[in-house]
Amino acid sequence: MVAKKLNGGQIVCEALLNEGVDVVFGLPGGAILPFYGEISKYPNLRHVLVRHEQGAAHAADGYARSTGKVGVACATSGPGATNLITGLATAMMDSAPVVAITGQVGRAAIGTDAFQETDITGATLPVTKHNYLVMRAQDIGPTIHEAFHIARTGRPGPVLIDIPKDVFQEEAEYDYERDSQIDLPGYQVASTADEAQVEKAIELINEAERPVILAGHGVIISRAFDELRELAEKAEIPVVATLLGISGFPEDHPLFVGFPGMHGLAYASLALDEADLIVAIGSRFDDRIVGDPKRFSPRSKKIQIDIDKAEINKTLVADAPVVGDVKAVLGQINPKVKSTKHTDWLERVEHLKAEHPSLKIRETDELLGQHVIKALSDVTKGDAIICTGVGQHQMWAAQHYRFTNANSWFSSGGLGTMGYEVPSAIGAQMGNPDRLVWSICGDGGFQMTSMELATAVENRLPVKYAILNNNHLGMITQWQGLFYDGDFQAETYSANPDFVKLAEAYGMKGIRVTRQEDLESAIREANEHPGPVIVDFVIEKVDNVYPMIPAGGSVEELIEESL
Amino acid sequence: MTTNTNGAAAFQQRTIIALVQDRPGVLARISGLFRRRGFNIASLTVGRSERPGLSRMTFVVEGPPHVVQHVAAQLDRLVEVVEVQDITEKNIVWRELALIKVSAPPENRSEVLELANVFRVNVIDIGAHSLTMEVTGGRNKINSLIELLRRFGIREVIRTGRVATLRGALIEGQEEGAHTLTESVEHFYVPTAGDSGSV
Repeated sequence: MVAKKLNGGQIVCEALLNEGVDVVFGLPGGAILPFYGEISKYPNLRHVLVRHEQGAAHAADGYARSTGKVGVACATSGPGATNLITGLATAMMDSAPVVAITGQVGRAAIGTDAFQETDITGATLPVTKHNYLVMRAQDIGPTIHEAFHIARTGRPGPVLIDIPKDVFQEEAEYDYERDSQIDLPGYQVASTADEAQVEKAIELINEAERPVILAGHGVIISRAFDELRELAEKAEIPVVATLLGISGFPEDHPLFVGFPGMHGLAYASLALDEADLIVAIGSRFDDRIVGDPKRFSPRSKKIQIDIDKAEINKTLVADAPVVGDVKAVLGQINPKVKSTKHTDWLERVEHLKAEHPSLKIRETDELLGQHVIKALSDVTKGDAIICTGVGQHQMWAAQHYRFTNANSWFSSGGLGTMGYEVPSAIGAQMGNPDRLVWSICGDGGFQMTSMELATAVENRLPVKYAILNNNHLGMITQWQGLFYDGDFQAETYSANPDFVKLAEAYGMKGIRVTRQEDLESAIREANEHPGPVIVDFVIEKVDNVYPMIPAGGSVEELIEESL
Repeated sequence: MTTNTNGAAAFQQRTIIALVQDRPGVLARISGLFRRRGFNIASLTVGRSERPGLSRMTFVVEGPPHVVQHVAAQLDRLVEVVEVQDITEKNIVWRELALIKVSAPPENRSEVLELANVFRVNVIDIGAHSLTMEVTGGRNKINSLIELLRRFGIREVIRTGRVATLRGALIEGQEEGAHTLTESVEHFYVPTAGDSGSV
């Protein structure tokens, strides 16, 4: 192919198209205007105008997680770029492949404190997998292709590309064949694992009497659903899913246990505690699961399969570390694992489930958050894509929604970003136009990003927003009640807007539900509505999420609700 | 490894060598990583390597063992880090360099020069009232010289960080940096527990 002479903005567009990008979430500003001057000439590159750049980053993240493709966000220099940071940090913590393109002030103005100048590569160093400042138009093509390679391979993550205004305007040759050659001597992507590591893991699996699989986000990122199921069934190992591992294993499967940890199901935490082997698959032993590392599952050996060797032994010492891509490694392990029955152990796990009915909802006439999620799960038959924010609604959703489809749960697990739910659902709906997308929101987090409702309406995205509205920062109320002597501070939202009227103001449908008996019909009505909907579920004002293991604790401090 | 008053392991020093791409911002990436992961840099030396486009860095980092043992793995995650080796437990040679400017008026200059001679250091500058010597070696050698010069009046001490490499294989088939036969090789400085941080 003959190299074409293009300006920097055109090179960005062509390189994005060559990477298979079909949608870009962004908001223009002075420094990135030369790019916006070109994007309109590329009809296959759809631009979704957000209302705040944080929304662009979260939408790109939701698009990326739900499609497995790289999500793209763009913003201008200065405040546009800094507004992306929360979204980039969210993607970084949860290993979501996002490429952010930011405008920068002209080259001559860099370092002069120019209008809308910020050192965004410096500012995003800790929250990106990698980043670039591109100082020549000829470097734009190679940089974009390298950035996409880095974002989607290995342990995925966000990559930021900062391009000065005049570099967008400068002309250079772009040749896809040449510019997409990746030369990164310092970046190797792990695939299969070292045989000796695999052998050791197989030996431990074959010897175990009380094994538990801890299936993490790595299972979903690697799309290792079939391999996980094969291992679990062949060696008869119950599957505990981490918060971000939810929807990596069918929840109606007899070997499925649930998610463990701080607000996980008691029996899942107890199964980990009683295990003699934990097979951690793409899980980084997060502190919300481990609590006190010295008391976490003290009788078990640990196999840790992770593509990122820096995760090995970070929190817990692994008896058998296996560094490699989860799907490839399970492909190595599964054929050599003995077909086994663990009848006694499975009975014990069933017994734990019966003794600790964590999913049982207490008897009350009030509308509880759990009722809402249970009804959503029942009415949608576990078939929807669910995006959540962070807090009580998130934990109830993780507990009570029974996923039947793989990779359908998108939540800010690592960074814990309130407000993730509104724009991430827009991205997920954009990437999955034929699926039903429910965004489960708290009234607190919803108001952090609710300006993006306009984005959903404008782009005819039929996202259903379920607000679990208790006029409180519910998890804050819970912690102040449990750990700060009931000294409630800054936890009440006494001036929430009327969310039904808000929906109408945006041109959406608004529904309010205050009684258990109206749940199903309201959810059905929302599902059947062709456009975006807000359902304002007015739930009990103060309620705690149980079970609970306090931070840094263990199952010894497990608190369960008295039913 | 040092111990605190309870006798528990407190801080550990580790020596890491890394080959990194010679690009703008690499050092910021690495120093930022060290800061946010809680690794304390005791010394850091950077220079071009024998391979075009690549620089070699030698780090001495200190911190709690469970933290600093992760330095190499964390560094390796950085895209621009091509190779990284934690050589703490390997058999290595390493050197530091110091320039010491010491007061040396005519009346005690000969005494200072004698000391320089004993330490086999080079005197690289002489002024009316001072001289500057260049000393290369292990930390103990440099520290001893500084102590001995103190009574003459030290004006400035400028020290580099550590540079290190694995000892070459002595016999066919041996890996570089293996702990064998080293004591018999006089030419090299053999690190000791008190001096090298390599054990």
